[in-house]
Amino acid sequence: MGSDSTGRTTLFDSVDDVVSRLAGVGYLASTAVATTVFLADRLGKPLLVEGPAGVGKTELARAVAEATGSGLVRLQCYEGIDEARALYEWNHAKQLLRIQASQGQAWDEARDDVFSEEFLLTRPLLTAIRRDEPTVLLVDETDKADVEVEGLLLEVLGDFQVTVPELGTITATQRPFTLLTSNATRELSEALKRRCLFLHLDFPDAELERRIVAARVPQLPEALAEELVRIVGVLRGLELRKAPSVSETIDWARTVVALGLDTLDDDAVRQSLNVVLKHRADLVKATSELRLN
Amino acid sequence: MDTPQRGLPAHLVDFVHALRDHHVDVGPGETVDAAAVMAELDLLRREQLREGLAAALLRRSGQRQTFDALFELWFPLGQGAALGEVALPYADDGSVDVDALRDLLAELLAGGDTAALAELARAVVDGLGALGPGRGPAAGGSGGQGRDGQGRGGADQPSGFSSYQALNRVKPETLLARVLAELRARRQEEAADSPFAEEVARRETRARIADFRRMVQAETTRRGSEIRGREAAARTGVRRQAEQTDFLSAGADTLADLRRRVAPLGRHLATRLAARRRRAHRGAIDMRRTLRRSMSTGGVPVNLVHRRPRPGRPELVLLCDVSGSVAGFSHFTMMLVQALREQFSRIRIFCFVDGCVEVTDLFTPGADLGGILTEVHSRRGLVAWSGHSDYGRAFDRFAERWPDAVTSRTALLVLGDARTNHQDPGLGVLAAVVGKARHAHWLNPEPQRQWGTGDSAAPEYARVLPMHECRTAAQLAGVVGGLLPV
Repeated sequence: MGSDSTGRTTLFDSVDDVVSRLAGVGYLASTAVATTVFLADRLGKPLLVEGPAGVGKTELARAVAEATGSGLVRLQCYEGIDEARALYEWNHAKQLLRIQASQGQAWDEARDDVFSEEFLLTRPLLTAIRRDEPTVLLVDETDKADVEVEGLLLEVLGDFQVTVPELGTITATQRPFTLLTSNATRELSEALKRRCLFLHLDFPDAELERRIVAARVPQLPEALAEELVRIVGVLRGLELRKAPSVSETIDWARTVVALGLDTLDDDAVRQSLNVVLKHRADLVKATSELRLN
Repeated sequence: MDTPQRGLPAHLVDFVHALRDHHVDVGPGETVDAAAVMAELDLLRREQLREGLAAALLRRSGQRQTFDALFELWFPLGQGAALGEVALPYADDGSVDVDALRDLLAELLAGGDTAALAELARAVVDGLGALGPGRGPAAGGSGGQGRDGQGRGGADQPSGFSSYQALNRVKPETLLARVLAELRARRQEEAADSPFAEEVARRETRARIADFRRMVQAETTRRGSEIRGREAAARTGVRRQAEQTDFLSAGADTLADLRRRVAPLGRHLATRLAARRRRAHRGAIDMRRTLRRSMSTGGVPVNLVHRRPRPGRPELVLLCDVSGSVAGFSHFTMMLVQALREQFSRIRIFCFVDGCVEVTDLFTPGADLGGILTEVHSRRGLVAWSGHSDYGRAFDRFAERWPDAVTSRTALLVLGDARTNHQDPGLGVLAAVVGKARHAHWLNPEPQRQWGTGDSAAPEYARVLPMHECRTAAQLAGVVGGLLPV
């Protein structure tokens, strides 16, 4: 851990440092991933990671947190998420109790009392900003949130400060390493994208995927892993509704180990292909196109 | 402050301009970011620089191909031949030994070593792709030129490079059978491979051969840019983004690209068309917000807050022109329809030429699009008369045969070029149908300037229902985005 010219502490020294430290916690990063993580850290910008489901977007945040010894704060977005769920909220029930418990107290006193730290429920964004320790903030599935929440994110991610009217402005003592993920189900606003570095995380190449499988499922013989990755690569070339991603490859490798298979012949593939392909139509298509029946 | 006229900053700005010329919107803010990236990275690590610049400059995954192609031109791997370890085999007379080259290529394809293949691609372009002055294609490869990689200039300078010429002599696709045999021999498995294993190997090899072709083409662009200047190379050698490609002229791989972009658009359109009901007064009570609101009445929940209702389920009716004049478009139409089919629970799909048929049942999830299109064309009633599109007759038939298809809850989408072959456009019938529908829109694959020319009845139709020019995926996204205020 070093610091840059402005004295801000940085997490990584070089791109190679990113690769080796992420590998140390079991995340094998491609050049693209390592470079963007390094830059996001150096430039102090949020990193927007886009890509199909199951290529390790969320996993990347976890790995960065683990590799740098930071705490991971996660904001899971969903349709209808609002400020009260993302930023902060006053604990109304507790405030009511407080007011009822102190009948007859002067108004000024009660007000100052009720709007104090004790009654503040911090939600992930505020939590991340207030933490003193190194923090990784993960905003997961940003595309699921409504457009209004993007405006909120803009404000928070721009300056890393939040204004609570009753308490004043809270500024981050240490900028959290911020990672936003998106499945690209809708276009995020240009304004949000402009504030972030952009990483399109795609399926890894065969070589990297082999190494990932070897790292995650070490029990699997090397030859079998290679065969597996080859078949997955071919499956991705078919026009499927849901192309298998890395997590499916790993699941498949685990299945093969669990079933105790030592070769991937037709029967074995037929038996276990449903681990990789989740849609029935995809299964039917793959079996017929690859002449499995 | 002086504006940099040369050096790295100027070069970066130049690169950004090239990106803008190719419809990648890069703002000055991004350019500044890119400069900061260059300051942080080790510039000698080319792959890191590429990824770093992409992270700063791009905002959308579809732009990556364009970016890569331009990056190759502005930050080239090297000047001249830049040959690596893999060298071309030469015959005794100094010309390239094509047979030995094909052996080498087959071996590399079987091994799947991407780096070695890339080096071979460079060597192939250098040795076989050069178009020399007075050394036409007939003269064969340009001999010993590649071996020393220097000493060119003057009369020896090739006038250009052609991937067609190089690939035509190597003919990588004819190597498929040989590579497969080689693979089989390597594995030394029991004599007969199962059809599955063979199919996997075949598809894998085919993908590698396609990759090799792409490498050769990219290298040709790079070498060509040294001769013609990179601006000229960027204009001609860099493919347009899938989003910007005209539907009517899209090639096979652009279509595959488009398909990936259209699926999310279907989902998008579905949410846009979903009629939003007013907040219901009855429904589940939202405890959290009720409690919050009760603050103003001293903690007594006087005003109840209800949860928002789920968005209503929209109904959609699609009317698609599938006649010959929109053949390129209808493939896209089918993609869009398929995407919509998966989003809408209540959808009815009608296709027409001069008759009209309902084809909703054909669009089962995961069905093959090519198959659907053939099936649509073999439906009885689609062609009632001449086989040329006749919108008036088709609308008549639609209104008469399925009067209940369009109701006050329906969104109606018409897809077609509005070319009626000088027949009656059937405006009255269409207006009646549109009047019944909640929303109606027409997507036209023709450029707007051609509307109303020849037999196009587009301006007449546009008076009945809003018509949108929809030639590219980008335009479709714009139409969908602007369709309804959310």
